[in-house]
Order: sequence, then structure tokens, then C-alpha cells
Amino acid sequence: MSYFLTQLANGLSYGLILGLIAVGFVIVFTSTGVLNFAHGSVLLTGAYLVAVLQGPVGFWAAVVVGIAGAALLGVLINAVLVRNLAEANPGTAAILMLGVDILLLTELTRRIGNRVLPIGAPWGADVVAIGGVTLPTSRAIAAGLAVVVFGLLWFLFARTGTGVAMRAAAADGDTASLMGIRLSRTGAAGWALAGALAAIAGVFLASFPAPGVGPALAISAFAAIPAWVLGGFDSVVGAIVGGLIIGVVTALAVGYESHLHFLGRGLGEVVPYAVMILVLLVRPSGLFGRAEAVRV
Amino acid sequence: MSEVLRRLPAALAVLVAAALPFLLDDFWLQTGLFTMAAVVGAIGLTLLVGVAGQLSLGHACFAALGAYTYAWAVGESGGRAAGLGLPPLLALVLAGVVAAVAGALFSPISGRLRGIYLGLATIGLVFLARHLMVNLEDATGGFNGRTVEPFSVPGFSFSNEDPDYLAVAGVEFEGLHRLWYLFLVVVLLAAWLGRNIKASRTGRALANVRDSETAAAAMGIHVARAKATAFVISSAYAGIAGALMALAYGRIAPDLFGLQLSIDFLIMIVLGGLGSIAGAAAGAAFVVILPLVLTQYSSDLPFLATPGSGGLDAATLARLLYGAAIIAVLLFLRGGLAGATGRLRHRRAPHPADTDDPPPAPPPPSPAPPGAATPAPSHPGVPTRSKETSP
Repeated sequence: MSYFLTQLANGLSYGLILGLIAVGFVIVFTSTGVLNFAHGSVLLTGAYLVAVLQGPVGFWAAVVVGIAGAALLGVLINAVLVRNLAEANPGTAAILMLGVDILLLTELTRRIGNRVLPIGAPWGADVVAIGGVTLPTSRAIAAGLAVVVFGLLWFLFARTGTGVAMRAAAADGDTASLMGIRLSRTGAAGWALAGALAAIAGVFLASFPAPGVGPALAISAFAAIPAWVLGGFDSVVGAIVGGLIIGVVTALAVGYESHLHFLGRGLGEVVPYAVMILVLLVRPSGLFGRAEAVRV
Repeated sequence: MSEVLRRLPAALAVLVAAALPFLLDDFWLQTGLFTMAAVVGAIGLTLLVGVAGQLSLGHACFAALGAYTYAWAVGESGGRAAGLGLPPLLALVLAGVVAAVAGALFSPISGRLRGIYLGLATIGLVFLARHLMVNLEDATGGFNGRTVEPFSVPGFSFSNEDPDYLAVAGVEFEGLHRLWYLFLVVVLLAAWLGRNIKASRTGRALANVRDSETAAAAMGIHVARAKATAFVISSAYAGIAGALMALAYGRIAPDLFGLQLSIDFLIMIVLGGLGSIAGAAAGAAFVVILPLVLTQYSSDLPFLATPGSGGLDAATLARLLYGAAIIAVLLFLRGGLAGATGRLRHRRAPHPADTDDPPPAPPPPSPAPPGAATPAPSHPGVPTRSKETSP
């Protein structure tokens, strides 16, 4: 039983980190209509900045720089590239982000090389144990912080002018624009927010039990894509729930792999996508997504 | 007359492609084979993405299915990995059929989702395919993959044997030369078929669905079936492309068919210009050839560092150029390479008749149906205006 609870706790905390990444996908998508394939490299950029700077300036200052750097990178990508597309539609924007991803990832891979950079977090490799359930301290902190961040996001979107403007722009850009909302600003805010969330997730994904910052960290953002898709493409709540589902399912599939041997090795990598496809078969627009309404 | 002129570039390209094996060395022949395999897959994807407006990142899954189906069907039944021992030509067709059937099985999703939503859903297929490739060791050889029997028809093998020595005009025709012509035939068939699909009733229905699902449905097009059809067609193309890749590599392993392959296919058709067959071919050539050439000739470029030294090595430079090229095309070339050449041609000789299609394709053969409330199959470079049409 405690083994099951341990796996469950691991899955939930991992799922909350995935939720941070998936919410970034949602916000970029709703604020600028871009399927951000470069999200993984933005995440890696943030984590890389933290890992490089934590020696000279200390961990916490490095985290601030990493978050700001990732947010700034997102804003720049949007301002310099996305807004200057020759034909602005979701398809070409997605391919553009693939190009950006190639550039960023190649350069970061060249800088990192074969090394794995330690993230230097003060919680190190500690483990907390409560009533037989053990959880890495980094994951416990990540889960708590993610909940706080989601609370702040709710406050932002429900109670502040900026957040309401962003929601209005997402719901109907043309009308929002006519109402005096500057889409360039809501778009920039969306990209900055997504970059910051990605950097936070990156710090925790690079902490114990992971060894540190390596190029493979960028791939981990891909693990949030099933979470985003099965939650619904344009729902922040859906992204969080999707992250939790994917996190728990992945943790259980890995934890009980020896019992599931008939499904083959490496189950943890494929289970998120299998769950996503199953959900889409039943609900094509995801759990929380709006079915597209068409006006004629 | 203008019809002949318009077909001239395509005819020239075919002539050059047929003459190349007399001139090229093995490296370039191998590169050419990879390119032609990619061209087939890219044509299939451009029919799906460019004509029907459906994004797919699952192309690698169907290519893998085709490759393994081919390897499995021609493999000796007594070998390390199982096989059926079928004739290669049959196996090649089977590769396309199996991929098409798999594409049809995905139709509950491919018929209902639209545009980039489908693109995200299909990412899952790549990971499912990888899981199957690694775990079904009897058929696939597992992580290490399996070798592929060379192509042959009775009495003639597309390898270095049977006949052992074959020379045309003083050039010895080895396996690579022989495969070149096989691939060329498949590419021409694929291009011809693709162009006809695009211009056919089905193709116009797909373009109509891309431009507005509502209008298409009002015209009596079964939207879900049209989208599923496009997906099946592109899957079949991917299956054949996978079989060609298997032949070109001679050995296949799961790592060849990762998400990167799907992404590469997508980049090929966007660089070339969505919906254009010739553009897909040009994009495929660029994407396949650039990294191979840079790696091959990196020692001649003095500013490159050796791999692993932390400097700028050839593979890194290839990736950076690749990424920069994608961004540059998307920022500056509306409609990709095909759109750019089309505009260049218009500037030279304004032709009111062929405003509709990129250069090598003729204008749609039949006029728009009477009562033309249908949105005309639009130029791929022209952004659609109405809200519900964005994919």
C-alpha cells in the first residue's frame, strides 16, 4: 500500500510540474495562436542559465535570472519572428517554432556538450518521508510551488485588468482589439508568462532525482504535450488536470512495470501518448476543450 | 505551345535525373536515393497538409510501418527476424497497403480533428510505433533493427549481383545505379498520381474542406470522410517512402523513424511551398542533401572544428543552417520555394491563365462547377480571410 502511495505521490508531483509546462503551451496558444514547439528549448534555456549562474551569483539570484531570461526569450521570439511571418496561420507558425527550436537546441547542445550541469539547488538530494510515503524534497517543493503558481494564475486571469484583457484577446482577438486591447501586449504577456513557467518547471525537472541540466531536458517538455492535448487545447484548468493524469499514469506504469511486462519494455514513454489517443477517440477536443463552434 | 513550355522544366528535371547515375560517385548516388525516398513521403504529406489543410506529425509512424512491412514481407522465413519470403514487388505494394490500412484505422481521430489539433494528436502515433518497433522483436529485430533484402524482379536483382556485371555506356551499373532507376520510376509515379489526385474531384473536395468546412459541407461534401481520405492517401505515400528508405539504407532500426523524421517531412513541404508537388521535391532535396554534404565535405571548410571539441563542427553547422533556412523562408518567402519561383515567372512573363498553381502543375483542367458559390481552390500563398477557415 505504501508503495502504491509513494508512486501516487511521485506521479502527482511530476504531474504538477508537467502542468506548469502544459499551461505554458495553453497560454501561448490562446494569446497568439502559436503551437510552441520551441517550448522545450525555452525551458532548457532557463535551466541552463540557472545552472551556469548558480556558481558565481548563488542559486536564488540565478533562478531569478533564469526565469527572467526565459520570459525575455519568449517575448523576443514572438516580437521578432512570430509577428513577422509572411503568412500568419497556425500551421506556418508551428513550423517556424520548429525552426527556432532547432536553432536554440543546437546552440545549447553545443555549449553543454556531453556534460550534465548540476542545478545547485539547496534541497539537494534530500528525501521527505511521511507515514511510509517517500518523496524527493525537490518534488515536494515543486508540488507546493506549482499549486501556489496556479493560484496566482487564477488571480491574474480572474482579478486583474491584464489577465482579463488576455482572456478577452484569446476569446476574440478582433473584438478585443476594437475594444482598445493591444494584442501585441497581451501576446507578449502570454509569451513571457509561458517562458517563466517553463523555467520554473525546468529547475525542478533538473533537480534530484534527475542528474542535472543536459540537452535531454528539452525533450521533457514534449511529455507535457499529451497533458495539454488531453486537457483540451485552450483550457488552463484542462492543462493542469491533464498534467496530473499523465503524471500519475506515467508514475504507475513505471512503478508497476514488472507486473505489466506483457505490454513490453519502456512502457513509461508510450503510456502518456496512448492515454492521449484514447481520450481523443472519445472526446476529440479534449476533456475541457471547447468544441469548435462555426458561425456561417 | 504554352502547355509544352510549362511542362519543360519537369521534363528537363526527369532527363537530368535519369542521366545522373552516369556521372555521380557512390556518395552522391546514396544521397540521391535518400532524397528520392523522402520526395515520395513529402508528396504524400503535402497532399494532406497543403491540399487538405490537415497537419500531421505522424508521418514517421507510417513510414516505419511501410519499411518494416517491406522488410518483413521479403525477409527469409528462416532468418533471425521473421519474414514471409514474398516477391519484393508485392512487398512494396503491401508496404503501401498496410500503411494505408493503419491510416484508415486512425480515421475516427483524423476525420474529426482539424489542422494543428490533428498534428498534435498524431505525435502519439510516433511514440506508439517506436514502442512496437522495439518490443515486437520477432518481426522487427527490436532495438537493433533488421537487415533488408535487396529488391529484385525475376532474373534481375537491384544489388551488386545477378547479373554480376552490368555496364551501360561504359559505366558499371552496381546496386546503387540500379536502385536509382527503380526509385526514379516510383517518384515519377508518385508525382503523377499526386498531381492527378490534386486536380481530381477528390482533390478539389479536399481543398474545399481546407478553405471552409462549412461551405464544403453545404456543397454536399462529407467532411469527415474527406479528411479521413486525405489521411489514408498520405499514409500510403508514407508507407511506400518507408519501404524505399529501407531499400536505400539496407538496414532499418527504430531510431530512423523518430519524431525527427516527421518534423523533417513537415519542414520539407513548408520550405517547398504547401500543396506544391514540385515544391515538396525541392524541399526534400534540400533537407536531405544539406546535412549529408556538409558532413561529407566538412574537412574542406577551414573554419570548422572537429566534432566534440566544443567548437563549430559540421553537424552543428548543418543544424544551424537548417534552422535558419526554415525561419528565413517562413519570414520572407510567401508560399515557400514554389511560391517564389511562381512569382519570379509571373514577373518575367505575365500569364493571366496560370495564376492558380505553382509552375509545373497545369491549371485545373475543368472550370469551376456552375453556380460557383464554392471558394475557388486558392493559391497556397494566399491567406484565407474568414474566421472559420484558419486550420
